[in-house]
Amino acid sequence: MGKRAWYLLLFAPFVGTLWPPLYDRIEPRLWGIPFFYWYQLSWVILTSALLGIAYLAHRERAS
Amino acid sequence: MSAGLIVFTVLVAGVTLLGFAAARWGKADLARFDEWALGGRRFGTAVAWFLLGGDLYTAYTFIAVPALVYGVGALGFFAVPYATIAYPIVFVVLARFWSVAKRRGYLTAADFVADRFGSRSLEIAIALTGILGALPYIALQLVGMRTVLEYVGGGAIAASSTAALAVAFIVLAAYTYTSGLRAPALIAFVKDTLIYIAVIAAITVIPARLGGWGAVFDRAASVLAARPHPGSILLPRGLMVAYATMAFGSSLSLFLYPHSITSLLSAKSEAVIRRNAALLPAYSLLLGLIALLGFCGIAAGIVVKDSNAVVPRLFATFFPDWFAGVADAAIAIGALVPAAIMAIGAANLFASNVFSRYSPQRISSAARPAKGIALAVCAFSLAFVLFVKVQYAIYFQLLGGAWMLQVFPAVALGLYTRWFHPRALLLGWLVGMIAATAMAIQTGFTPNYPLHLFHTTLLGFIALYALALNLIVAAITSPLLRSLRIPAGADGTIAADAA
Repeated sequence: MGKRAWYLLLFAPFVGTLWPPLYDRIEPRLWGIPFFYWYQLSWVILTSALLGIAYLAHRERAS
Repeated sequence: MSAGLIVFTVLVAGVTLLGFAAARWGKADLARFDEWALGGRRFGTAVAWFLLGGDLYTAYTFIAVPALVYGVGALGFFAVPYATIAYPIVFVVLARFWSVAKRRGYLTAADFVADRFGSRSLEIAIALTGILGALPYIALQLVGMRTVLEYVGGGAIAASSTAALAVAFIVLAAYTYTSGLRAPALIAFVKDTLIYIAVIAAITVIPARLGGWGAVFDRAASVLAARPHPGSILLPRGLMVAYATMAFGSSLSLFLYPHSITSLLSAKSEAVIRRNAALLPAYSLLLGLIALLGFCGIAAGIVVKDSNAVVPRLFATFFPDWFAGVADAAIAIGALVPAAIMAIGAANLFASNVFSRYSPQRISSAARPAKGIALAVCAFSLAFVLFVKVQYAIYFQLLGGAWMLQVFPAVALGLYTRWFHPRALLLGWLVGMIAATAMAIQTGFTPNYPLHLFHTTLLGFIALYALALNLIVAAITSPLLRSLRIPAGADGTIAADAA
């Protein structure tokens, strides 16, 4: 990827979490938990993964 | 004496000993300012993870977030997107801040602003904002701790909870004085371990006993809808802007707080910051699960006068006494860690930016003034909680959050550009502070303000609205001041640092 291209990855969590109409729904539920809640909790895990990728990409570029 | 109270007392007393022992952690001259205030900037990934986690996810967070969910439903969950998007910001912006701070020997955000913009008045403005943000935050940690003291051991020491609170806090002030940042860093290991144990137990046991998550949410939905002020497990249309702006605004201000900066600067390398940006969301997941406990409280039919009592009550209801003692200790210790760091952060601002001014040679100077100020900050916060109504502490904290965001242009944008004129930044800051205060007063100290714009009303986060105004003022006046040839101060950061 280009020099700063992986920074774009880090925009995804903002888009995914800051537009509530995207996820303000009960169905589909996961283990009985409404979509609204498990969707946002999934973003926590996904953001952690994206940052992990960005970290590795950054380290490779630095070395 | 109940089993819960014994467990609680042993754990809290244990971490107190750790706090004093922390002075011997690593070879260090604790009379040096940066050794006392930042642990000598030597913390690696693991220590920084526990420290930052213990610092940012405070006792008050773990009590207030479920309390808010219990009180209003879905809106309270904004803490989760907030604690998610904060980390890309850490990864990009704060990692950069760390490296400039390391090279130029900053202890505070105001150090950076002084160095970057060469303006003494801006330095003081940034420092005072940080202090105003930190003081009520410490007070709220005490409020969280008092809630726990009232419930521990089935209310065994409720009558003397104020005395217990005072003792705990005086001891905290003492080890903060002797050990500096090493004390909360060491105690954070215990605090975070206990919190993880308590939350994982709660999230496995409580919903199962209530018939599963499906049943919890169904019952919560009907109870919330039937309340005099109805809540909902989904966001009503009119609260979507509020939800998104609260999450976004809070994530921008999180790392402007002095306690966040203090913890961040204690890391030993930029890589430690970046690694932690990827690893700290583990705590956000924990926070999200704790938030859901608010619904469990509703579904379990818990009725409380003060919604902050929901979490202690849940533990008392669903767990044996001794385990409730563990959970209560987790929350109480969870108050001590951030309170100590906040006191250090506020003291750093007083000592390095208010009573003296930033200079690159200063870091090896004596820690003594800051240590004394840390004691004074603790004393002030304790007095505040003992003698002023809790409601005022909450109002003050709310205002503090809105004020804190007003340093964003100077501190965060300042890392990337010197386009803004220092006087324009100062003017923008002033307008932002006044606007935030006015909006808060007008809404009776609620976080959101109904903004009338183009024939619609947008209920949104006051801090963010004030920041918008702040930025507009700074952007308009910057070219104006330059065209009037009013000199901007010198930039002390080396070109290579900011490039």
